[in-house]
Amino acid sequence: MSQNGAMVIVGAGHAGGRAALTLREAGYAGRIVLIGDEAHLPYERPPLSKALLKGESSLQACSLFSEASFIASGIEHLSGVRVLNIDPAKHRVALDSGVSLGYTKLLLATGGQSRRLDLGGRDFTNVHYLRTFDEAITLQERLQPGSRLLVVGGGFIGLEVASTARDKGCEVTVLEAGPRLAARALPERLSEALLTLHRRMGVSIHLSAQIERFHGADRVESVQLASGERLACDVLLVGIGMQPNLQLAQQAGLAIGSGIKVDSFLQTSAPDIFAAGDVCEFQRDDGQFHRQETWRNAEAQGRLAALNMLDQRQAFSTVPGFWSDHYEFGLQTVGTLAPNAQVIERELADAGFLLLYLDAQARLQGASGWGIGNSLAKDIKLCERLIESRLVLPLEQLPDTSVSLKALLRGAHV
Amino acid sequence: MSNQWVEVCHVDEIDEEDVIRFDHQQKTYAVYRSHNSEYFATDGLCTHEKIHLADGLVMDFVIECPKHNGRFDYRNGKALNAPACVNLKTYPVKVEGGRVLLDTQGTGA
Repeated sequence: MSQNGAMVIVGAGHAGGRAALTLREAGYAGRIVLIGDEAHLPYERPPLSKALLKGESSLQACSLFSEASFIASGIEHLSGVRVLNIDPAKHRVALDSGVSLGYTKLLLATGGQSRRLDLGGRDFTNVHYLRTFDEAITLQERLQPGSRLLVVGGGFIGLEVASTARDKGCEVTVLEAGPRLAARALPERLSEALLTLHRRMGVSIHLSAQIERFHGADRVESVQLASGERLACDVLLVGIGMQPNLQLAQQAGLAIGSGIKVDSFLQTSAPDIFAAGDVCEFQRDDGQFHRQETWRNAEAQGRLAALNMLDQRQAFSTVPGFWSDHYEFGLQTVGTLAPNAQVIERELADAGFLLLYLDAQARLQGASGWGIGNSLAKDIKLCERLIESRLVLPLEQLPDTSVSLKALLRGAHV
Repeated sequence: MSNQWVEVCHVDEIDEEDVIRFDHQQKTYAVYRSHNSEYFATDGLCTHEKIHLADGLVMDFVIECPKHNGRFDYRNGKALNAPACVNLKTYPVKVEGGRVLLDTQGTGA
């Protein structure tokens, strides 16, 4: 079927871009078509809320390709193009440019979009979201020294923007609907560390905040809380999560959960169609389905999906992980932070700490920590290897930082 | 170009199988001590996103970037896996009288 078709990738974000590159690097010499609705070549998103927003980075620095490497790759990039529908039986996709394209293998790396805040159907010119390069540039221009920034949502996007905006001399207020910051992804201890740091850096944070109404005509001039408080703002940033782009997969009849469901080879319920990145819902060892919105997942799945499009049949087994940077501090997590795990804390320098999550057999399942700069990175990488090793660890030695994780990994305690 | 040996540190200031950051004349280097106490040096910033490699993990002869998992063989600077695809520049290192010296003008392996 469609032997003359191409490798077609829908979604030119990090996962899609990495897949296209990997196909070529793995020796695939045929036609690769990368379709995206953004105007740009694939880029990495973590700098959008940090270095790029601060004006210390560029599209080129975030890009997966240099202009030269892109041309050399011979990958066809259809930018500003949308896929209208997929016909899995005929192995074809229809584009809004009027073209119908045959595929031998298809990758859905459609990512997601920012969840929209309910503004009562009104349109305000100073309400911003942050997911794309263009949105980051617009926000960067609006954030001037002295600007009053109001952030709705105390998750990673909101807090990283808060941190950058403070560095730029803005006045920052954060509204979080829940009782603690970044509660979906972080243990309480880290939520507290974030709260303490941001407050110390001069951010006004309201927890369990309920927005009652938005005041202003074409701009939000202030926000009224249920508590009666009224907060004035010049710029409003909404960071309340993302929604995966599932429409194409749904319409094509693929199995869907909270994302596009895949098997361990990242193949969807339809033959020759794969999924990767933020949109991909995969099964882990624990039998549970997961969807991950991280750099690491986009990188690993983009690459693996490409190899499996080339029939390499490699199972996805990458340990999940993420980081987030705030002022001079960074947090990192690796593995799974199960609520029923035994948690042991290791104290690190400069008020840093590392929480180790162990299963009933004293094997490491996950770790999460906090430290200056990237000081946590070595320990987190060792934790990743400890998780993969499934070694039984000496619980009584774990809080003792004179016993290095490297020594534990090499079985020195036995 | 002639050699330009500069002193980095005492040999014991780098743990076995570890790395330190060394800044000299507006440049940053990463200086390594292997598990068998050989010393090596590379550029200090990851070629992928300008992150200090000295915060990364050293295992055997491999340095892993602290953020993005790019890995390099620090003996020759070779990028071993994506997202790192540009090799690191390396510099000659020697030990004299218990001090680690680096040749900022030299070309490594």
